[in-house]
Amino acid sequence: MPKKLKHQNNEQDAGLKELLRIVDEPKARWILWRTQPLIPIFSRFARLLKVASFYGYCEHLEFALKLTVQVVVEQETALYDRQIRVWGADAQRRLSKSHILVYGIKGTVAEFCKNIVLAGVGSLTLVDDRVVNEEALSANFLILPDDNLFQGKTLAEVCCDSLKEFNPMVRVSVEKGDISTFGVEFFEKFDVVVISCCSLAKKKLINQKCRKLSKRVAFYTVDCRGSCGEIFVDLQNYKYSKKKLEENIDCQLEYPSFEEAISVPWRALPRRVSKLYFAMRVIEGFEDVEGSNPGETLIADLPGVLKLRKELCETNSLNESQIPNALLERLLIGTREYPPVCAIIGGILGQEVIKAISGKGDPLKNFFFFDAMDGKGLIEDISEPNTGS
Amino acid sequence: MASQEQLSAIKGAKVLMVGAGGIGCELLKTLALSGFQDIHIIDMDTIEVSNLNRQFLFRQSHVGQSKAKVARDAVLRVRPNISITPYHANVKESRFNVDFFKEFDVVLNGLDNLDARRHVNRLCLAADVPLVESGTTGFLGQVTVHLKGKTECYECQPKPAPKTYPVCTITSTPSKFVHCIVWAKDLLFAKLFGDKNLENDLNVHSNDAANSSEHSDVFEYRKDEDIEEYGRRIYDHVFGHNIEVALSNEETWKNRNKPRPIYSKDVLPEKLSEQNGNMEKGCVTDDVSAMASLGLKNPQDVWSLGENSRVFLEALRLFFLKREKEIGNLTFDKDDQLAVEFVTAAANIRASSFGIPLHSLFEAKGIAGNIVHAVATTNAIIAGLIVIEAIKVLIKDSNNYRMTYCLEHPSRKMLLMPVEPYEPNKSCYVCSETPLSLEVNTHRSKLRDFVEKIVKAKLGMNFPLIMQGASILYEVGEDLEEDMVAIYAANLEKALSELPSPVTSGTVLTVEDLQQEFSRNINIKHREEFDEEKEPDGMLLSGWVEPPVDKDKNKPIGNGESTSNALPAEESLEAKKDVTIQEISEVTEIATGTKRKLSEVSKGTTPDHSGLSDETRNHNQLEKLDVDDEDDELMISDDWESLTKKKRL
Ligand SMILES: [Zn+2]
Repeated sequence: MPKKLKHQNNEQDAGLKELLRIVDEPKARWILWRTQPLIPIFSRFARLLKVASFYGYCEHLEFALKLTVQVVVEQETALYDRQIRVWGADAQRRLSKSHILVYGIKGTVAEFCKNIVLAGVGSLTLVDDRVVNEEALSANFLILPDDNLFQGKTLAEVCCDSLKEFNPMVRVSVEKGDISTFGVEFFEKFDVVVISCCSLAKKKLINQKCRKLSKRVAFYTVDCRGSCGEIFVDLQNYKYSKKKLEENIDCQLEYPSFEEAISVPWRALPRRVSKLYFAMRVIEGFEDVEGSNPGETLIADLPGVLKLRKELCETNSLNESQIPNALLERLLIGTREYPPVCAIIGGILGQEVIKAISGKGDPLKNFFFFDAMDGKGLIEDISEPNTGS
Repeated sequence: MASQEQLSAIKGAKVLMVGAGGIGCELLKTLALSGFQDIHIIDMDTIEVSNLNRQFLFRQSHVGQSKAKVARDAVLRVRPNISITPYHANVKESRFNVDFFKEFDVVLNGLDNLDARRHVNRLCLAADVPLVESGTTGFLGQVTVHLKGKTECYECQPKPAPKTYPVCTITSTPSKFVHCIVWAKDLLFAKLFGDKNLENDLNVHSNDAANSSEHSDVFEYRKDEDIEEYGRRIYDHVFGHNIEVALSNEETWKNRNKPRPIYSKDVLPEKLSEQNGNMEKGCVTDDVSAMASLGLKNPQDVWSLGENSRVFLEALRLFFLKREKEIGNLTFDKDDQLAVEFVTAAANIRASSFGIPLHSLFEAKGIAGNIVHAVATTNAIIAGLIVIEAIKVLIKDSNNYRMTYCLEHPSRKMLLMPVEPYEPNKSCYVCSETPLSLEVNTHRSKLRDFVEKIVKAKLGMNFPLIMQGASILYEVGEDLEEDMVAIYAANLEKALSELPSPVTSGTVLTVEDLQQEFSRNINIKHREEFDEEKEPDGMLLSGWVEPPVDKDKNKPIGNGESTSNALPAEESLEAKKDVTIQEISEVTEIATGTKRKLSEVSKGTTPDHSGLSDETRNHNQLEKLDVDDEDDELMISDDWESLTKKKRL
């Protein structure tokens, strides 16, 4: 295996050298990297070129190589035609150079992965060592219910196989291990980190690691419980430009970390913040105190949850009616994801990540909630008033 | 998570999906995951490369195959034990009649064109089956629920008419790039490569009749003529001579910038042919392409006037050299590379003449082909919302039906905005009994005009039957007697007043579509004169509700042209009764630099294509840009503005 890899690298180097005769370096690297599935053809050209230049036939072959490159560019333009018409060729280029990490693959994250693989990101790395079981199948279309296929395979491995098929231009891979033990440098490789099905402690920890890096890593958490879903976004200090009446306006948004956001005293929040925000914090807090796995609550936990609600409401001087029993019950028993809500939350998250990578469009700050019960998809800004934009 | 009631409703339901494209793929997947067991799916399309970026059930290897069938196979891999029945067919086929529709508990639309949507709407009304309708454009989308007698039908609000341009704007006074595209596509391209028998207004601006007849055969290719010479002759005629003629009419240019005549010798060297040709051999694809043979690579580059002129001549040359057999039968097709190159070049040269900014081939193709902007995420979200509404329909939770808008920019913190559905429109010509009347010049208008412009275009009928009392004037069907077909064909060419049973002022015509089980009476009123610019049809149907003229205080902000740039904002859940309007932003603002607004995009993409359209499409009328057949995601063109004036349920 290492031998083969080295061989391939040599061919790539040769290809790069040849390409540099025609285009500048960033472009050459980009082409080379995007043509990886075509390496066999490509290296053949590179080799031919070498032979040809030796014998002085260079011009014809150079022309042939140019055409190869052109074909690749054309293929991409054809594949991404409809979306380039939405966000532009520039954004598409940025997307194709971006690297995404996801952790915790249930239905919602599966939807998200599908969306960004189709959009044509550079690479997607999956982390989830859980073994595939019946429950994992319920809302996740990346797992085909063929027992023989995934015996002993982890969720990440099975989903990786399916995702690769969606778009040959995107590298999808698996990273094994416990994400909380990964060092800060691991996260440096990525532009976007999305985590799901995590404990409160893990969310805080990974968010902190992303924030320690000198480069800006966009951090998202996403969770669906029953007919409800929540997205949290941390883009740190995010600058982007938007067009308004033919003019480009520079905008800047200052995001709090997850820990900072959820520590904002509830009474400091604007009135009519979604009840879902408070309810999710109660459930999250309950799981944290109990040490139970995220999303594995039972209706029997209701008394404990109600007790925690009382405590939190007292500390935050919030009326308990702001977190209705019925809502908490729905969240408690909604341990299985609801596929339509996965599609909706996974779609919104996909759009947000595309916005953050491409720098186009207003990103949401900093929570998004959807409840199929009332059908509203709401943005809430949960930050200290002075950290606003 | 779903309640027991929901689960058992889902398990027992038989649903019909119409469309297996962008929304359809997402919808089929979400339905299967949600536990639906019996799904039928109709789609006439086959898979294309540009579908693959979002129609995730399809792979490169499926290109050319039936969408409905491939989608079925892909989803059965995930849920092997459910039943999915695919139909690779047009939903307008007669086998999909009212009885067929009656078998279903709910119909879910993921369609790409107004025609098919109207057709499904009528069948759902006739069969009394609830319909969940949807559409997306870029980041925008919407889902609506239609239940006969309970909520409005899909056609209760008139759809914005397709964007039309006055003939003289196209032929003489273009001011936008789209005018140049329409000119290049519907006039010049049609004149050179299309059916020679069709009327063509290319020279219409010439106010000197003798002059225009003198040039009547300027477009004729003479045998043995040098092809480059021919190309230059056309070039000089349309970009030089015709502009000079137009300039001679000084009245026209009093308040306008004068165009500049362009002659090929001014922008190109004397002899070109030596420069072309040598790269042709290296062409990798089989497609004939002027870009390739000229060494132009990036379709997103904006070419100079010189480059456009070369592409123009080269494309023309290639048509005559490589595709001579097709000349005379060609119609513009956005997937025809050479045609797109020709139209782009011609439009750009004309734009240059009129001081209009030039555009890239990529942009020109989008405008000429009316390509709808589409991304996977919006389709996924919309599909999720469709399933949520479908489940409410199944458990008859009618108080909680919502129409939901998916927005690009939040409105009152909402990206997904639910709105209570509206009552049926009492004057809707489809779902109510509203009487219709038609003003028409009964001596001049032929039955054909009535069939094309009213029965098909306005009433959306596919298999019409027209009766005057007990006598049948016209009928379309599969099993008609030959002699009847001949009589109907003859009737088509007769003026209304000269028909076997004359149609005059006071006549009541009955128009029926048996497949749609849809029938209407039309009172005829004779009228002598019609304003050519304002009433280009030469007839006026009333009782049919035109998009309302805005008299409301709730005027939408900005964008005066738009009829669909406003949204009703949801307040009812906040216990308020009034409705306000929020501005909806430009769709393409972030996109390719085309500055078209949502409303224009959607207007342009509105009706008429598929099935019958080939016969009915009238290329002379400059009525509309062609609609993209393959793209499944259509407009949010529903007239949001008018929504604000209606009562809630
Ligand atoms: Zn109606």
